[in-house]
Amino acid sequence: MTSIATSNGGAAARTARRPTMRARLQQALPKLVLAPSFAITLVFVYGFILWTIYLSFTNSKAFPKYVLTDARAYQRLWRWTFESDPPSSWYTSITNMAIFGVLYVVFALAIGLLLAILLDQKIRGEGILRPIYLYPMALSFIVTGVAWKWFLDPGLGLEQTMHQWGWTSFHFDWIKNKDYVIYTVVIAGVWQASGFVMAMFLAGLRGIDGEIIKASQIDGASPLQLYRRIIIPLLRPVFLSALIVLAHMAIKSYDLVVALTSGGPGGSAWLPSNFMYEYTFKRNEMAVGSASAVIMLATISAIIVPYLYSELREKAR
Amino acid sequence: MRRLMMAAAMLATTALTAHADDVKEVEMLHWWTSGGEAAALNVLKQDLAQQGYAWKDVPVAGGGGDAAMTALKAMVAAGNPPTASQMLGYTVLDYAEAGKMGDLTETAVAEGWDKAVPAALQKFAVYDGKWVAAPVNVHSVNWLWINKAVMDKIGGTEPKNFDEFVALLDKAKAAGVTPLALGGQNWQEATMFDSIVLSTGGPEFYKKAMNDLDEDALKSDTMKKSFDNLAKLKDYVDPNFSGRDWNLATAMVINGDALVQVMGDWAKGEFVAAKKVPGTDFLCYRFPGTDGSVIYNSDMFGMFDVPDDRKAAQVALAKATLSKSFQSAFNVVKGSVPARTDVPDTDFDACGKKGIADLKAANDGGTLFGSLAQGYGAPPAVANAYKDVVSKFVHGQITSSDQAVEELVKAIDDAK
Repeated sequence: MTSIATSNGGAAARTARRPTMRARLQQALPKLVLAPSFAITLVFVYGFILWTIYLSFTNSKAFPKYVLTDARAYQRLWRWTFESDPPSSWYTSITNMAIFGVLYVVFALAIGLLLAILLDQKIRGEGILRPIYLYPMALSFIVTGVAWKWFLDPGLGLEQTMHQWGWTSFHFDWIKNKDYVIYTVVIAGVWQASGFVMAMFLAGLRGIDGEIIKASQIDGASPLQLYRRIIIPLLRPVFLSALIVLAHMAIKSYDLVVALTSGGPGGSAWLPSNFMYEYTFKRNEMAVGSASAVIMLATISAIIVPYLYSELREKAR
Repeated sequence: MRRLMMAAAMLATTALTAHADDVKEVEMLHWWTSGGEAAALNVLKQDLAQQGYAWKDVPVAGGGGDAAMTALKAMVAAGNPPTASQMLGYTVLDYAEAGKMGDLTETAVAEGWDKAVPAALQKFAVYDGKWVAAPVNVHSVNWLWINKAVMDKIGGTEPKNFDEFVALLDKAKAAGVTPLALGGQNWQEATMFDSIVLSTGGPEFYKKAMNDLDEDALKSDTMKKSFDNLAKLKDYVDPNFSGRDWNLATAMVINGDALVQVMGDWAKGEFVAAKKVPGTDFLCYRFPGTDGSVIYNSDMFGMFDVPDDRKAAQVALAKATLSKSFQSAFNVVKGSVPARTDVPDTDFDACGKKGIADLKAANDGGTLFGSLAQGYGAPPAVANAYKDVVSKFVHGQITSSDQAVEELVKAIDDAK
């Protein structure tokens, strides 16, 4: 650079060059700063995704093998998908995923919205109530799982306490029951997430223009109509964000099942993530584990990609 | 996906923190983190300290060692194996097959391991003619642990066959005690089923079905009968058993809330830790109908292919592990019996003495069998498929013994 500047000689040329250098540097700075993290993400996220896909087509057992064989892992998963009597572990995992995913998202949204609406009534002590509801989110799923495990265990928690208080006919053993254990996972999960959803909705409610509400009140809208017709429709973007957050939390949840149920009676509380970990690391069937991971990834993409697409399209408009 | 990424991250960190310059050091990965186990391991540490070897622990908590095995996989895959690691059965062979294990044959020959260690254990400690692991102990699985006070109260005697066992459980039920303490985790259920199969079908059948995975044996009526017997025993378990840890089930027997637990001899460690004495506080019998045979599993220290400058430390560790003094001191605390048959039983209690004698007899008589539930009957994929079926049968997803047998054959065939 300097040699070019000196060969050009004049001071005027030098002053003309300097800002462009700085500008160039400034332009490059974000790229330079981001480059390491970009490279790391590229390798450790996308590189490993490709690696997992590759492994799912090999015959890997305890250790990765790199000779491509066939799609036997997928064939097995496909066969297991339809084995319902007795349920195969994969069948249990995906049906549990459907039950857990739907109930978790719906209840967390409903309870979160209800709490937000109630808290939005300008009540006293909101400052105290809000963190109380929000704080379950600060706990890890392991803590939530263990706490609820003790609470739901018939020999330790709720049932035992009710019996001690004299209500001996009280019976609640879902956590020990193969058919109901997945619902205890829903209960603990909803308890953890709904406060967070409430905070999102509360922010949304606070963002609504007061003029609109006043105008509709003048028009004679009852509170119920006001919420049903005006406020909740206005919260649509919040719904979308909450849905995305909850959906991906549901799909990746693993620790809650382990801490709360340790897999449930006969493995009846498994989610696909539990299946993947079991097969890859405990059963030395890395190919099957990888194939299930690929299927989980495909499921997540099916949710995230349309979302990203709609987001980007809106921005382009 | 996340798990994989975590494993990758772990791999990266172990690679960064690795520096294997110190030759006077033994690096050991294990999951013996409970008080008694740690105390037992101290014997080994002190022995090595006297020889001038520092001890570097890589403890990974979690009873069954699943977490430890994941950590080990990451370390080995990163080319940074520990000097040795606690390992079970087929895992040793998996690593040996992948060419990750060292060779201790020279030491083994010099120390006479091949004569002292039971042949059944050598199957897992020796791969392709080379010693790759040092067995630490032999656990046996087909035991009953009985609370003596409860036994006296109901006037029970030692059951000699399965029907007498059921009659004994009936007596306890009539007296209002939980007859059978069971933890509803798949490995516990399968561990009990190991004993049931041996009791129902006898030694020949057990070997055929559970070690050789012979399809005719797996399909046979004897197998169906075994599942029927499992169903019978299930009726004597309290309704709250699902998901219970094994040591909580042992505690039920210790406290007199339950009469008996079917469990490996590590349960004795719990009794000893609770200051109970065999013969006066608790009784140990072989599972009814299995006297004379031993279903075993064994903890081994897998010896990895380490760089040359660490080999001396590895040999010292292996020698110390199989020394008679360590074998005795460790196993008195752990509840198991020594992995060599020439260790004197003077320090052991009544159950330990019986265990040592039984092991010797079973080894001589060819009735020493690997526990399928504990990963000594077949590789992990098959063992877990087996545990799945047993657990689903216990918890009601599989409803009949016919279906159970059909599922077992299918699952094992699938996993092979």
